[in-house]
Amino acid sequence: MSHESTTETVHTGHPTAGVYFKIAIILCVLTAIEVGIFYLEDIGHWMIPILTVLSLGKFALVVMYYMHLKFDNKLFTIMFIAGLVLAAAVVSALLFLFSAW
Amino acid sequence: MTQEHTSTIHGEHEETSTGLNHRKMLMWAFLGSDCMFFGTLIATYLVYKGKSLAGPMPVDVFDIPVTSVSTFVLLMSSMSMVLAYAALTRGSMKGFRIWMASTAIMGATFVGFQVYEFSSFANHHVHVDCVHPHEMTELEQTVFDEDCEKAIAEGKDYVDKKIGLKPQTNLFGTTFYTLTGFHGAHVTLGIIWLLSLLLLSFKKGVITPQKDLDVDLAALYWHFVDIVWIVIFTVVYLFGVFPGF
Repeated sequence: MSHESTTETVHTGHPTAGVYFKIAIILCVLTAIEVGIFYLEDIGHWMIPILTVLSLGKFALVVMYYMHLKFDNKLFTIMFIAGLVLAAAVVSALLFLFSAW
Repeated sequence: MTQEHTSTIHGEHEETSTGLNHRKMLMWAFLGSDCMFFGTLIATYLVYKGKSLAGPMPVDVFDIPVTSVSTFVLLMSSMSMVLAYAALTRGSMKGFRIWMASTAIMGATFVGFQVYEFSSFANHHVHVDCVHPHEMTELEQTVFDEDCEKAIAEGKDYVDKKIGLKPQTNLFGTTFYTLTGFHGAHVTLGIIWLLSLLLLSFKKGVITPQKDLDVDLAALYWHFVDIVWIVIFTVVYLFGVFPGF
């Protein structure tokens, strides 16, 4: 563990409770923005990419900080990302095959 | 740093070819495979989206404010879970138990919201004003066309008809209940797991700051159901009601 990170992390290599609270606040704000954007009628077709980015941001925050992938061994990240990539490939292939796009 | 963390934190050190704990490795492999499981369910929902021959459709039944609250509750349960784990690693068993109990309670609240939602969808009523019709959905327009003439002839100026959404109602119902039902089952299993750990923590020496792997694995599972819901909330609920998707 680097000395620079000792104020943000404990001896286990995990973030402190303060960091977890900050992440929770960010997650709540992102969800509120999602719902707010949903009710904006003027935004039109920008809604899909904006909501996708916000959702991916929330997903990444939980995986990196709450699931500790940012601090854990890279092999765990590889195992999870492999499943995630395969899932994304399955979703894309199905949508393409059934002309849902 | 990472090697140090994974080999010493759990106090359940074992010699493995990777230097990593096998149970934790297995949990990550399971979560990766569960991504594919939910990926296929989400893909099936999207493939059949808009292909239902009869209503109710997402726009008829979804209540975004209610689902937003349940989403908030599940997000907060994730924070509570990670604080339970942090308390355990700090050696605070009292803090661990409080945060574990609050996580289980919030999980149960989320399941409660889901039960309420499923129940309200199954008993969905379409209310149409036959005299002063406002902007109507496709389902409301169908009810207006089929039932308003008869209602006016009977002296009523509105129609209130029960058209519930059940798994067998249409393709939307089938794919929606399958996807969210499996997620709800995951959450329910998670609650049982958390409560089991909470009870075990009262048994001496079973869960300690040095033996925290069981809690770490349960936490990973719990956060996973949270990230699956993050995707479902956006793709199924928010995109579901958006007319351009």
